[in-house]
Amino acid sequence: MDINATLLGQAITFAILVWFTMKFVWPPLTNMMDERAKRIADGLAAAERGKQDLEQASKRVEEQIRQAKQQATELVMAAEKRANQIIEEAKQAAKVEGEKIITDARAEIGQEVQRAKEALRAQVADITVAGAEKILRREIDAAKHADLLASIKAEL
Amino acid sequence: MAGNATDYIKHHLTHATVPHDGGFWAINIDTFSVSLVLGFIFLFVFTRVAKTFSMENPGRLQLFIEMIVEMVANQVKDVFHAKSAVIAPLALTIFVWVFLMNTMDLLPVDLLPYIAQLIGEHVFGADPHHVYLRVVPSADVNATFAMSLSVMFCIIGFSIKAKGLGGYIHELFSAPFGPKVGPINFVFQIIELLAKPISLALRLFGNMYAGELIFILIALLPFWAQWLLGAPWAIFHILIITLQAFVFMMLTIVYLSLAVEDH
Repeated sequence: MDINATLLGQAITFAILVWFTMKFVWPPLTNMMDERAKRIADGLAAAERGKQDLEQASKRVEEQIRQAKQQATELVMAAEKRANQIIEEAKQAAKVEGEKIITDARAEIGQEVQRAKEALRAQVADITVAGAEKILRREIDAAKHADLLASIKAEL
Repeated sequence: MAGNATDYIKHHLTHATVPHDGGFWAINIDTFSVSLVLGFIFLFVFTRVAKTFSMENPGRLQLFIEMIVEMVANQVKDVFHAKSAVIAPLALTIFVWVFLMNTMDLLPVDLLPYIAQLIGEHVFGADPHHVYLRVVPSADVNATFAMSLSVMFCIIGFSIKAKGLGGYIHELFSAPFGPKVGPINFVFQIIELLAKPISLALRLFGNMYAGELIFILIALLPFWAQWLLGAPWAIFHILIITLQAFVFMMLTIVYLSLAVEDH
């Protein structure tokens, strides 16, 4: 256990080691470790934010889907209503048309009947006149009774 | 193994000193060179890790180094509350360097001395009985006192920096008994100041010297019985070398934090 100059040498070595550690070992190591700790913290925060964003986004999506569904339902309902309405209108139109056709037909028939009656009457009158002529030819002079005949014709 | 047990032990406990006859200006080149190599290993590994530091994909070595740095940083943060750029690197250096020096104790006691003897005999043509090598630098008081006295100067330096030269001198004469009995305070303060490096140095030295001595004694047993004591002692010693390195570092931090705080 002799103290000798080794002590001084050791002290110098020690000082150099400490100096070197202080300059080139400790600061870079701790800086980088701190940096990484910060990065990890940031990453975790970002992940948390991402999670929240995702939650919000999925909420929004849900909301949108709900709205879309509602809109679709409304659309379908409106379409059905409109279809019913169209059908109803078509029915109405068809009914009106039908009635019109019927009315027209009736009017035509009426006219036809009228015309037939007219023709019939004329024929009946002719036949009657002809008959009366045949009966009366013997007694009635056509020239004499012309006005009478005409009045009869008009009455028929 | 030398035939004579006493010679063997003595041989193992003799430093390789230059010049041989000793005196104050002699240097124990074994302590000096082994500790220097270990110090360079420490710096090399740590700077390498710092250079190749990977944020995303740290390797095992990097994680191990980070673990040590983190441990030291936490201890410093817990104990030392002032701001200082010196103390954490100082603590790291002490811890790793002392640990490495202590670890030399776990090498087989004859391995490096035997190699040294071979080299000395065949390269330098020396008498192998006069080639000495003690491989555990921390079992040399010079190494432990070199560190503890450096710590003592750091204590003084930190005190002066924190309180100013006048403040520190004032404290030397006024604490702990008040300024009325100045000289007594001074004596106490000097004793306190000196007790710190002495206890630091002798604690580490004593532990490592005793450990080394016991390894040497175990080496004197017949070879088939050595493991019986050698293995448990070596395993136990793993604890001691780590603990002593930690204690030295921890006490350094505590002393320095005391130095910057007011009494």
